[in-house]
Amino acid sequence: MTRQIVFIIVLLATLGVFSYTAIRVIRLFRLTRPAFAVGDIGKRILLTLKVAIAQSRIFRRPFSGVLHALVFWGFCLILFGTIEIVIDGVIGAERSLQILGPFHTFMMAAGDIFALIVAISIVLFLARRVFTNIARFSGEEIKRVSKIDATFALSMIFFLMISLLGTNASYMALMNAGDEQIAGAYPAASLFLPLFAGAGDDTLHLWHELFWWAHILLIFIFANILPYSKHFHVFMSVPNVFLTRLDPPGKLPNMDSITREVKLMLNPETAFEASPAGEEPGRFGVKDAEDATWKNYFDSLACTECGRCTAVCPANITGKRLSPRKVMMDLRSRMKQKGNAILKNGRGYDDGRSLVRDYISEEELWACTTCNACYRECPINIDHPSFIVDMRRYLVMEEGAAPGEIKAIFNNIENNGAPWQYSPEDRLLWAKGLEVKGD
Amino acid sequence: METRKIEIPVMADMAARGEKPEYLFWVGCAGAFDDRYKKVAASFARLLSWLGTSYAVLGKEESCTGDPARRAGNEMLFQMQALQNIEIFNSYGVEKILTICPHCYNVFKNEYPDLGGQYEVINYTAFISEKIESGHIDLDASVLDGAKITYHDPCYLGRANEIYEEPRALLRSLSPNLCEMERNRSYALCCGAGGGQYFKEAEKGEKEVFIERTEEALTTGASIIATSCPFCMTMITDGLKYKNREEEIFNYDIVELIVKSLKI
Repeated sequence: MTRQIVFIIVLLATLGVFSYTAIRVIRLFRLTRPAFAVGDIGKRILLTLKVAIAQSRIFRRPFSGVLHALVFWGFCLILFGTIEIVIDGVIGAERSLQILGPFHTFMMAAGDIFALIVAISIVLFLARRVFTNIARFSGEEIKRVSKIDATFALSMIFFLMISLLGTNASYMALMNAGDEQIAGAYPAASLFLPLFAGAGDDTLHLWHELFWWAHILLIFIFANILPYSKHFHVFMSVPNVFLTRLDPPGKLPNMDSITREVKLMLNPETAFEASPAGEEPGRFGVKDAEDATWKNYFDSLACTECGRCTAVCPANITGKRLSPRKVMMDLRSRMKQKGNAILKNGRGYDDGRSLVRDYISEEELWACTTCNACYRECPINIDHPSFIVDMRRYLVMEEGAAPGEIKAIFNNIENNGAPWQYSPEDRLLWAKGLEVKGD
Repeated sequence: METRKIEIPVMADMAARGEKPEYLFWVGCAGAFDDRYKKVAASFARLLSWLGTSYAVLGKEESCTGDPARRAGNEMLFQMQALQNIEIFNSYGVEKILTICPHCYNVFKNEYPDLGGQYEVINYTAFISEKIESGHIDLDASVLDGAKITYHDPCYLGRANEIYEEPRALLRSLSPNLCEMERNRSYALCCGAGGGQYFKEAEKGEKEVFIERTEEALTTGASIIATSCPFCMTMITDGLKYKNREEEIFNYDIVELIVKSLKI
């Protein structure tokens, strides 16, 4: 009974802290701008199955891709066991979902085998980080704390898996000792049974309690640390795929506020048409965190800093300062700072700093070729290019700030309908004197 | 075979005669003004005339799509251009647009619909593929003599619109010797020109993107680097000059190779 009460208190505390975090995150989301309507649910489900569940994009880098997929699938399977542990803890039972019969046996076996597979994958991941030099794990934006963050999370997952295998193995040993029926099957944990050979009932019981509590407490702690680290990815990545902007990557979102203005200029009669009610003319483009859309912010929270985007960025590859990963990390950290300050001090809060310039320089923004390599490469469909263009929109339309050559093409397009200073009269010079053979 | 002069049909002239072509051939700024790429525009126009396609160009009425302005952040200018172009298209009752430039293709296909411009937009590689399938074009693969060709995917055909195979199929029908760069299709490296970069100096770095890409193309050992975008063409051609290889390795647009093979 005491065990149940302790468990329920710990569970409530976990849920309490988690709710607090969730509310804080939701309040930050409320500061963001609208992006697009989330329609086409069928298409989104298919996309999620392909990109998130089947991990299609992560395999673009086969070695780390396979390891990641194994860890991801392992997490999904082990989740079943975690739910069982929580139910067990609350009602004071042991392996309570065994009422599901063969399905339970199957899920237990799968979770158990994957616990070992995940543990091995994590060891390989850690070894890769420690012993090899992977270019995309460094860069201007990857500070010591990011590296510690990564190593810490990997270690945490490793201990989660060890404690799960320990729970399963000690459970089997305990059941065997008491000649009781083992609920479920644990092929991987049974490899560790010899470690418990000769142990008495009490010792086995103690080991089982120790592993069981260690496992579930680690889960509770891990779940509450995640939202404060880059590993928020664990919660945000699958929804981020579901919420992908479904347009072709080449399409930039239209600025409807501009459309109204341009139509007015081209056809002043429309001035008398009613403009949509309740819409205040906001800032053009993105200057600071609160100008980003909810999707931009979602992207930034889902990013786990893997650096696949930066590794394929033509600007970054050739030594320019732009790093798509940094753009996402900057948005996340600016929102944490500015967003929370706005929540405290109100909408008009200004600390004299902004995302553009203080976090992301003009030099970085103008180095983008909008080639979409980053967007295509991201395993969870983070859309960097449209966000970069949104910041350019701020620079150009609010400040008139752009490199001189870019200003020149604006002038040329406006004056003579081409980025170069050629007259439209000369547009058909190429067509002079053409000949073709045949009948 | 006889040679005949061709007159490029202009939309306004046809409209004055009360005629309406099936296709608008959108030439684009590079087709009109870039000396090297003018030859590509001419090649495609010659192919269209040879095929007897019902088409016309806008000529002096053509203006910038607004694409470089949009990607450089000038949404206002982009939309001004787009709405004016849409007005012209609609005044001629344009339904189908043929493009040779991937940037024009992308902006018409994906972005004009938001502003009320709905057209069937056809990239020239798809158009030519269809003509081959329907038997209107019969390519003579012997003309290129099995030359080794590599193809550079432009970002706005490739990743942006997932057109990877049509250009390759065309090249394969010109030479059995099509080879790939290490980064190809969705992995392809940008030439460095997109997003307004073409018009400005690159930011400070260790290397120019076009040199990185040209070097990659050179490692394939191909004697022809095929492109399907005017800006990629400038970048790759510059890369070849930079590497002093322009005398032995040639950068052609796909349609130039098609026209060459047809000997028209």
